[in-house]
Amino acid sequence: MASRRTIVFENKPVITGSYSIVGPKEGKGNFASYFDYIMNDDSFGEKTYEKAEKKMLEHAINGAVADAKIQPEEVSLLLSGDLLNQIISSSYAARNFDVGFLGLFGACSTMAEGLAIGSAMVDSGYFDHVVCATGSHFSTAERQFRFPLELGNQRPPTSQWTVTGAGACVLSKQGSGPRVAMATFGKVIDYAVVDVNDMGAAMAPAAMDTMLTHFRETNSSPDDYDLIVTGDLGKLGSEILIDLMEMSGIKLGLNYNDCGQMYFTRNQNTLSGGSGCGCSATVLNSYIISKLRKGELQRVLFMPTGALMSTTASQQGETIPGVCHAIVLESDVKPKGGGVQSQDIKKTTSASKGGSKIQKRKGG
Amino acid sequence: MHYLWVFLIGGLICMLGEMLIIYTNITSARILVTFVIIGVVLQAVGIFDPISQFAKAGINVPIIGFGASLAKGAMAAAQSKGLLGAFTGGLEATAGGIAAAVIFAFIFALIFHSKTKN
Amino acid sequence: MDEKQRNEAYNKYVTAKIPKTRAWPSLFNSFWVGGVICCLGQGINDLILLAFPNMAEQSAWAYTLIALIFIASFLTGIGVYDKIGKFAGGGSIVPITGFSNSVTSPAIEFKHEGIIYGICVKMFTIAGPVIVAGVVSSIVVGIIYLFV
Repeated sequence: MASRRTIVFENKPVITGSYSIVGPKEGKGNFASYFDYIMNDDSFGEKTYEKAEKKMLEHAINGAVADAKIQPEEVSLLLSGDLLNQIISSSYAARNFDVGFLGLFGACSTMAEGLAIGSAMVDSGYFDHVVCATGSHFSTAERQFRFPLELGNQRPPTSQWTVTGAGACVLSKQGSGPRVAMATFGKVIDYAVVDVNDMGAAMAPAAMDTMLTHFRETNSSPDDYDLIVTGDLGKLGSEILIDLMEMSGIKLGLNYNDCGQMYFTRNQNTLSGGSGCGCSATVLNSYIISKLRKGELQRVLFMPTGALMSTTASQQGETIPGVCHAIVLESDVKPKGGGVQSQDIKKTTSASKGGSKIQKRKGG
Repeated sequence: MHYLWVFLIGGLICMLGEMLIIYTNITSARILVTFVIIGVVLQAVGIFDPISQFAKAGINVPIIGFGASLAKGAMAAAQSKGLLGAFTGGLEATAGGIAAAVIFAFIFALIFHSKTKN
Repeated sequence: MDEKQRNEAYNKYVTAKIPKTRAWPSLFNSFWVGGVICCLGQGINDLILLAFPNMAEQSAWAYTLIALIFIASFLTGIGVYDKIGKFAGGGSIVPITGFSNSVTSPAIEFKHEGIIYGICVKMFTIAGPVIVAGVVSSIVVGIIYLFV
């Protein structure tokens, strides 16, 4: 039997501040009304997209600190990561903050990795305030992982759209806001998927493993959560996860969804949905946290997934390993009354419609 | 009337490329390489010129034509200059195209920026 | 079930799960766009020969290709060619214009890394294999031709 991978936080660190910033395309997506800042131009006034990505991160970190109503000097530690080689966006953004810095790489699962480590630091009492941040940019990811923007090629139907956006949140010892109750660290899981245009399929087994581990170790079930949300499995990946979980004997219901799948509207041409560090980070720091703050969501299982590959590894014929970390978030506000969930799901449109379709197909 | 042949042959060759994309999931660089080699082979076995007679741009504009010119140049120069010709002939025949691609790419790269896609 | 069997079974399942898109619309688009690009080439060629009736056929073709390469390179620069490519796929990759696009697009993309390390170094990241494959196979053909 493997050793435990779940932490149950005694003091439950508080998310006192959060901030999300996204690009113009994301600003027309399903979460548009929840974002703190929508850029008019995704170069954000910078000369290169890499610099824009760094600036977005800085902007998000500053925004989260301001939202927490603390001074930047009060923050002890910045936990940040991104998709670029040597996580330059995070490291370069960290130059401008007078705090300790831990660079993370968990690909698109970075938000949860940061939250888990940060919560452990705060819960143990070592630090009062820790900032977790991550972001991604469509144009920097394209040139690093795929092709030049101007190359006239077609995207296969399983491919996903890297979200341009950054999200940050402040974890504090005290204060009001949603609380981080538990964290389950994921194993690196590889089911030998090689298609780099099908990240959802590569990451779904990792999500399944973390989810099963989490439910087993915490004695919980999907019904214990108002919302179970994976990061960027996309349409295909989340359908696969539903199938995988069913094969393992757990049925995911309408309270399960995927950030990548929900992110864009159907006519935004993003094929299998959104992806990237920014995908789960901006959804968490806008939609999910605001719903938790209002008490409209009570318990959320947040599980961003990451595909831990590089172009070099892929070209050498390596398969794509995935990882997924799970975070349990609890609202500190009592629910105002029932019937919240259905309203939520309606708002996030195509995704939940797709979800219910899957359910029907299975039932029939 | 010859435009009909140009259109049909050119379209068919491009559709073949699209079939490769759909059914084998290969990238554009591999497609280009495949078609260049097809062009070289067609020229080497002597099929290219008869097709080119009526297909004209239909087979010369696709990258197959580029491969055929390489092979044609190499073969012609090999005949006239011997071994050295086999080396120089191909690039000599296609130098115009390669040079054009380089110079225009260079100039436009200085002028334009890549734009984010929607 | 050991790991290898598990992975094989999973990949099989994923392949079956991938939504099947209808092939004919993209095949049709690549067909007509490819055909139109070839007709454009033919048109340029005919115009050149009309203006300079004494020009050798070989030279007229060379000018035609240069013109097409120029047009594609320009369309790449103003951000239009990738839209054609998204629509037409093979229809705009296979013609010489696709070659031009694959030379110009990385040159533009990496200009921020400088003229030498950006534009010059990256120019052939995509189209390089085309030149290599073409040159190698043509030399092989040339040498074989010497002996037959």
